[in-house]
This record gives sequence, structure tokens and C-alpha cells, in this order.
Amino acid sequence: MRIIRSSLSWLYVVVIFGFILLPVISLVVFSFQATNLPVPPFTGPSLRWYEALFADSRMIEALRNSLVVGVVSGFFSTALGFLAAYGLARYRPAGARAIRAIVMTPLGVSYLVIGFGLSVTANELALGRSLVLVTLGHIIINLPLAFAIVLSQMREEDENLEKAARDLGAGEWTVISRIAIPVLLPGIMAAFLLSFTLSWDEFIIAFFLADFDVTLPIEIWSQLRTGLDAKTNAAGTLVFAISLVALTLAYVTNRAVQQRSRRI
Amino acid sequence: MSGAELNVVDVVKQYPEHRALDGVSLTVNAGSYTVILGPSGSGKTTLLAILGGFAQPSSGRIEVDGQDVTTMAPSQRPTTTVFQDYALFPHLTVGQNVGFGLEMKSVGKKERMQRVKDVLEMVGLGHTTNRHIAELSGGQRQRIALARALIVEPRVLLLDEPLGALDLKLRRQMQDELTRIHQSVGTTFVHVTHDQEEAMSLADTIVVLRDGRIEDMGSPERLYLNPATAFSAKFMGDSNVTEGTVRAGGESVETAWGVVPVAQAGTAGEKVTVSVRPEHLVEGPAGSDHLGEWAVREAHFLGQRHRLIAERGGHELLVSLPQRSSVRQGDSIVLGVEPQMARIVKGDQ
Repeated sequence: MRIIRSSLSWLYVVVIFGFILLPVISLVVFSFQATNLPVPPFTGPSLRWYEALFADSRMIEALRNSLVVGVVSGFFSTALGFLAAYGLARYRPAGARAIRAIVMTPLGVSYLVIGFGLSVTANELALGRSLVLVTLGHIIINLPLAFAIVLSQMREEDENLEKAARDLGAGEWTVISRIAIPVLLPGIMAAFLLSFTLSWDEFIIAFFLADFDVTLPIEIWSQLRTGLDAKTNAAGTLVFAISLVALTLAYVTNRAVQQRSRRI
Repeated sequence: MSGAELNVVDVVKQYPEHRALDGVSLTVNAGSYTVILGPSGSGKTTLLAILGGFAQPSSGRIEVDGQDVTTMAPSQRPTTTVFQDYALFPHLTVGQNVGFGLEMKSVGKKERMQRVKDVLEMVGLGHTTNRHIAELSGGQRQRIALARALIVEPRVLLLDEPLGALDLKLRRQMQDELTRIHQSVGTTFVHVTHDQEEAMSLADTIVVLRDGRIEDMGSPERLYLNPATAFSAKFMGDSNVTEGTVRAGGESVETAWGVVPVAQAGTAGEKVTVSVRPEHLVEGPAGSDHLGEWAVREAHFLGQRHRLIAERGGHELLVSLPQRSSVRQGDSIVLGVEPQMARIVKGDQ
């Protein structure tokens, strides 16, 4: 009986993971396809589609755009999220709870609404669609996340560190740059990496707000429309690989955070 | 560096729910070691925060050497604080921690390193300059916190329960260390604690705080031997406290325990509160006034002394007898009061 139960639950695990991972696996495997179509049977391995990918100037352009949008929006989401978290935790302004709720709202709004709303607003203000708008959109969606991550890492005990620094003559800027940020660095890095990852493979907002310069997900989508080609598999694999690296880094820094709180 | 005189003038700290300090006035002599002693909730930490500039009083003022510093930021005051949790910067080395204050004052690197070395040697940790804070033990962290606060040469050093996180043995050791450092730097030390033994071993002056008011203030000896109030008598060590009526002649008090001879003269017939330290109760009649026979309910041998709880008719006395005493649990003893040692104190309400 026990054997049946445990083998059933193992089967369940395998099915679930198969369901989640099979598309990714097939994406990755067929990016190494030697023939034109990314469909079985597997004819590779071959790097010809990666060669084609790096020879495709539109893809490379989109890749670069995505990196810039990811890094810039990640930076601003994290910087703004940190400042909001720091201000709320340390200065405890009146209505802190309401402020916190307002900062967190974009998390509950669908990307469709944010993308569409920004697009309409940009139209009203006679601002053209552009990567700057895409970056703004990504800052909006990632700010609450960065804020929540940094806030969760802010400990009341650390306030004494800042008091001690002020007592020894540090000004507010020095307190933030020399004490608060270094102490919170693992949390800040985790927030940045997660923001970057979410921006990196975000589609809907980028689709609404980008013009001729597009991000990688949009470029992949438009190439898919013109026909099935293992080159898009190679592009997808690249997106996946970079996300994986960023998420792993985020995980590692988060573990460092936990170890720090255990240590002191 | 020389210590400054500190004046606290009628300081009130009102929070929405309660009054943490209710009109505190005191003068801390230049170069003294003053301990503010009180139970938790007495307002002692609030007072220290106001002295350090981390909190503003609702009314009243703070003066350092006659200069009003009430509204000055912590960094502008000639005070530094040693925090209870030490507040050492975890991402910096010992040397960077200790040198932080000098760096903020733009002291050149060469001088800074020399002074860091000197102050670390003073606290006996000259070899730890390049270590990280996480590598240090609790006692070492305590010394580093002290070094970091002292390096900027404050006129007044504020210590918030600095030994609270250490185990008993280390605490006693650090007390001696604090005394030595205080004597060598000459700065005024204001130290907050709830540990009366710590207070007595360190302080020139003890300020007993209770519910935001100063209950008693003076040298450890004066406070212990001649407490002003029943609270102070019980908080500073053990004491037996009871009420009674002053007898004719004014030199003894009629209490439920018996007749207690007192040191001060009272007015005959007056209702008073009497405090007797356990070690001032003696075995056998000491003079004509004694407390009669008591049953020994509990007896513990503590090494230096015997500690007893004596009982009679619903009354209890805490008694401390010398080492050679042979009284055991279940015995009965006649107790007397050492002449000139019982005190009339101010009652609780």
C-alpha cells in the first residue's frame, strides 16, 4: 500500500515537472537542430541557428535593447524601491500603511492595463512610443517588487547602526551610502536581479509601448509570425539562459542575506 | 580629553500613552562615573537617548558645561553613545569601525591609523585591527564599541546597558575594565543599567530612577546604607521593609516584627516606614530591643554568607548570617537588629 502511494506521488511529481519543463526542454533541444524545422526527429547537434541568430542584426539589436531596458529599469526600480522602503522603515511617516499599499498597487494591476494605460497616456501627452516608455512601464511593474524585497530585509536593529554613524558625525548621505546600502546590499542585489529578469522577458507592456526599436521578446514574436524557424528557438534559449543566470544570482545573494541574519 | 559637567534641567518626556520622564533634574559632575539605575520602564533609556540627542524632551533642557545642547543633533554634541547591541558596522573591519568617527571629522589617514592603534591598545585589542566584526566574541565587541566611541574624544560618554549582553563572569571582568578606562581617559561617563551590583561597583554617583522620577541619588555607600525611600532600599540589594510607630524617646519603632532601634530620631507617635538590611539582623539579642524568636523556614548556604527566611505569625524576614553560623532549616532563632543600622525611609506612597 505504502509502495503504491509513494510511487503514485512520484508519478505525480514527474508528470507535473514534465508538463512545466517539456516546452522548455524542447525549445532548448531543437535550438541545436541541424535541419530547418524545430520539430522531431532531432537532427543535431548543430550551432548553425546560433550562428544565424548572431548574424541577424535585428535580433542583435533587440537583444541589446532588452539588456539596456532591463538594466536601466532594474536600476531605477531598485533605487526607488530602496528609497521608499528606507523612508518608510526609518522615518515612519504618518499614514505609512497607506503609502505602503499605494506603492504595492501596480502588483495587483494586470500588465495589459498598465501597458494600455501608459500607451493612452503617452498618446494624450503627444509622446511617441519608444524604449524609454517601455523602460518606464517596467519600472512601474518592478518597483513594488524591489520595494517589498528591500523592506523585508530592513531590520529595526540596523537602525542603531545608522544612529551610531550619525553620532560619530556622519551626514544623511554618508549614512545611506556608507552604512544603509552596504548592510542591505544582498537584498538590493536580489531586488535588482529579479527586476532585471522580469523586464528581460516581459512581452505585453513592451508590445504596447515599443515603436520600431523593440525588445527581444517582441522580435522573437514577430519572427515567429513569419514562419517557424529554429533560429527563434536559439533566441528563446538565450533568453532562458540569461534569466536563469540572473535568477541564480538572485537566489545566491538571498542566501547570503539569510546567512547574515543568522550570523549576527 | 577632560570630562564635562552635565546638567539635566527639569526634563519631561511625554509620549501619547504615557509619561516616560516626569521632571528629571540632576547634575553630573565633570569626570565622574555616574550610573543611572532603574527597573525596566523607569525611563532610564529615554533619559540616555535625550542626553545623546536621539530623542527630544517635551520640555526642559540639557546643558554640557553650561552650554544648552537640547536641540543639537547627536553629531554636534560633545557626547557619544555606546549602544546596548554595540551597533558595530558588520561590513567594516575593526579598524574601519573604530576609525569611522575620525574619518567623518576628516582626520588624515596616517593620524587616524595611529589613533586607532592607540585606542585599540587601550582596550587591549591592538591585534584585531583587520578582523571582521563577525569574528569577535561578545566581550571583544563590547570593547570595540567602547573604542569607537572614545576615539572622537567625547566630553561625555553615554553607555546604554553596555554589559547587558555579556555573561556574568565577563560582566564582572568588564566592570573592572570600564573603571580602568574611565580613570585613564578622564571623560565623564554616564552609564545606564538595571543591575544594582554593576551600579555599585562602577559608580561614583548612582541615580535611582523610578517611573520617570529620580527616587534617590548619591554615592553607592550612602544609597545602600542610608536609602531615602523603601523602593530604593529594596532595589539596591535586599531589604526588609515594614511600617510602625515611633516610640517615646524617638529612637526605636514599634513594628509587627517587634521593637526596631533606628539610627535617626523620629517624633514619638509618628507613623513611619522602616528598612532593615538582611545582614543587619543578628542572631541572639543585640541590646535590650530585639525581635524575639522566629522560625527558620528556609536556610541556604551561599559560601560567604547564610541566607535565611525567618517567619513568625505571617511575617517574613530575610536574614543574612555570617559563614560560621550553624542555624539550619527548621531551627528557631532569636533575632536582633544591629544598633544604628535600621533606617526610617520614605514609604512607597
